[in-house]
Amino acid sequence: MESREFHIIAETGIHARPATLLVQAASKFGSDVNLEFNGKSVNLKSIMGVMSLGVGKDATVTISAEGDDEKDAIEAIAETMTKEGLAE
Amino acid sequence: MKKINGIAASDGIAVAPAYLLVEPDLSFTESSVSDVEAEVARFKKAVADSQSDVEKIKEIAKKSLGEEEAQVFDAHLMILMDPEFTGAISTEIENSKINAEAALDKTSKTFITMFEGMTDNPYMQERAADIRDVSKRMMAHLLNKELTNPAAIDHEVVVVAHDLTPSDTAQLNKKYVKGFITDIGGRTAHSAIMARSLELPAVVGTETITSDVKNGQMLVCDGLSGVAVVDPTDDEIADYKKKGQAFLDQKAEWQKLKNEPSVTADGKKFIIAANIGTPDDMAGVHDNGAEAVGLYRTEFLYMDSSDFPTEDQQFEAYKSVIEGMDGKPVVIRTMDIGGDKHLDYWELPDEMNPFLGIRAIRLSLKNKEIFKTQLRALLRASAYGKLCIMFPMIGTLEELRQAKAVLNEEKEKLVSEGTKIGDYEVGMMIEVPAAAMLADQFAKEVDFFSIGTNDLIQYTMAADRGNDGLSYLYQPYHPAVLRLIKHTIDSAHKAGIWVGMCGEAAGDATMFPILLAMGLDEYSMSATSILRIRSEMKKINTADLAGLADKAINESQTNADNEKLVADFMSKYSK
Repeated sequence: MESREFHIIAETGIHARPATLLVQAASKFGSDVNLEFNGKSVNLKSIMGVMSLGVGKDATVTISAEGDDEKDAIEAIAETMTKEGLAE
Repeated sequence: MKKINGIAASDGIAVAPAYLLVEPDLSFTESSVSDVEAEVARFKKAVADSQSDVEKIKEIAKKSLGEEEAQVFDAHLMILMDPEFTGAISTEIENSKINAEAALDKTSKTFITMFEGMTDNPYMQERAADIRDVSKRMMAHLLNKELTNPAAIDHEVVVVAHDLTPSDTAQLNKKYVKGFITDIGGRTAHSAIMARSLELPAVVGTETITSDVKNGQMLVCDGLSGVAVVDPTDDEIADYKKKGQAFLDQKAEWQKLKNEPSVTADGKKFIIAANIGTPDDMAGVHDNGAEAVGLYRTEFLYMDSSDFPTEDQQFEAYKSVIEGMDGKPVVIRTMDIGGDKHLDYWELPDEMNPFLGIRAIRLSLKNKEIFKTQLRALLRASAYGKLCIMFPMIGTLEELRQAKAVLNEEKEKLVSEGTKIGDYEVGMMIEVPAAAMLADQFAKEVDFFSIGTNDLIQYTMAADRGNDGLSYLYQPYHPAVLRLIKHTIDSAHKAGIWVGMCGEAAGDATMFPILLAMGLDEYSMSATSILRIRSEMKKINTADLAGLADKAINESQTNADNEKLVADFMSKYSK
């Protein structure tokens, strides 16, 4: 299993467009991808799951992937996070 | 051929096939299934079919409505592809061994409730509507029912609906929609107001149109006389098209008056102004040659926002309208929330009679911080042109004095902070009968009056204007209503202040000559009515008006008497 921590810096946190982009990035991989925040874990391929967490600015989230392409999945998600100015 | 009578809500004539915007019956019965696998497969097919629907609609919407409007369909696709959502439905079918319809219904309700419950996050609450839309689409596929897709209309149509809500109309492709016909509503319904701003013919309040016409059947929408004709004969089609063209020609003729002043045949000058809801409406104000903005309804600033608009946001909106009028007067009414207008982010207590409840100035005076923010924005904007600040729903002098005191307090603060403030006028709406009766007293304490006819009629006749069963009591020419209006105008003039009217009645062909006879100074109406009224004004010689006002309030006994009185009066000009 691969996992990485992200510190959210986007003003709006993870909702609306950013959530859509992360879900799209995760959905490209076969691995199970999860987002953990505040002790709750949701499927990162589920838009409703991600939005229901209400991740705001300054939150710390952990993203983990398990499967054949777990390394690539984490890399792709990290890239989306930086490119969109979501997290550092 | 079948004729159906309704209410003429927006001028013009359209002839095109009907497009029924009617929800199919999506009811079902829950049942248990033995072949769970087949049921899951049936559900998955409904998901796939829904996806391909949405893809198609998205492409059409992108072309016809634009990228931004089409984004809602991306959200729908994401939900359809959401493993937690569709997966939960499959699991429900497997675990509870129930049919797909029941599993879909249960699961979507759980999600909708969850999202609607996020009251601290209006964005998420709105997503509940997306889930509802998507679930409806899957349900329609499961039940083999056809859903309407207004965004996918690709040929000219007359839209037929029970009622048109703002979200329905946002999805309509305005290029192909030639007119509206609805079952319910009156001239002041949302659908009617929107039709007028889009300059589309509309007939509302037909009661039965959705059952009288089938999809694709030829339909005439005569917004001039308030008639719908189903399956017209060729002769009728030709006839209506001719009438429609004559109307368009007439409109072109009126267009020539755009840059002319509003004067009577004998050269008496009056002001014809426009009612607006947002700064976006300014294009219509200029296109129709308005001489002022007689009513800027600021509640839309609050209603189109997901939180209270800030002082700066309000200031920018007010400033852009004031600057846009280039020194001509702009009457801005403080927010009229309450009654039938609600905010998603401000929960107000339920009331037995909201129209007789805490609305408009009553609400502002109970929530002074919100009121002060608006007043500060207005005061700051006063430096950019000719601003008239107006308080709605004033019933007593105490209310007026309180509102003025808050205004002055904020003005003092701004001045001491060194903010530049221009000259401005302070006025009030006359829409509560008590204020109309006491207009002589009120006139001593304001710079102007503006008569709001819709509410004045509703309160004078004690008839809810949204209640279809009482539409016969919406009587703008009732002598009782006219007496209140005349007393208001006379009181204003005695005190040396100006008086306008900003209700729909100011742009009404029957009301207008009576108001002119009473000496009303300013006539504020939908921008699209301005040139028609300006052309009516040019026909009338004020010397002929002597005695008309007196007859209307002292000899006429009914609304109908006054309709006849004005028709007889105007007939001399048509010869």
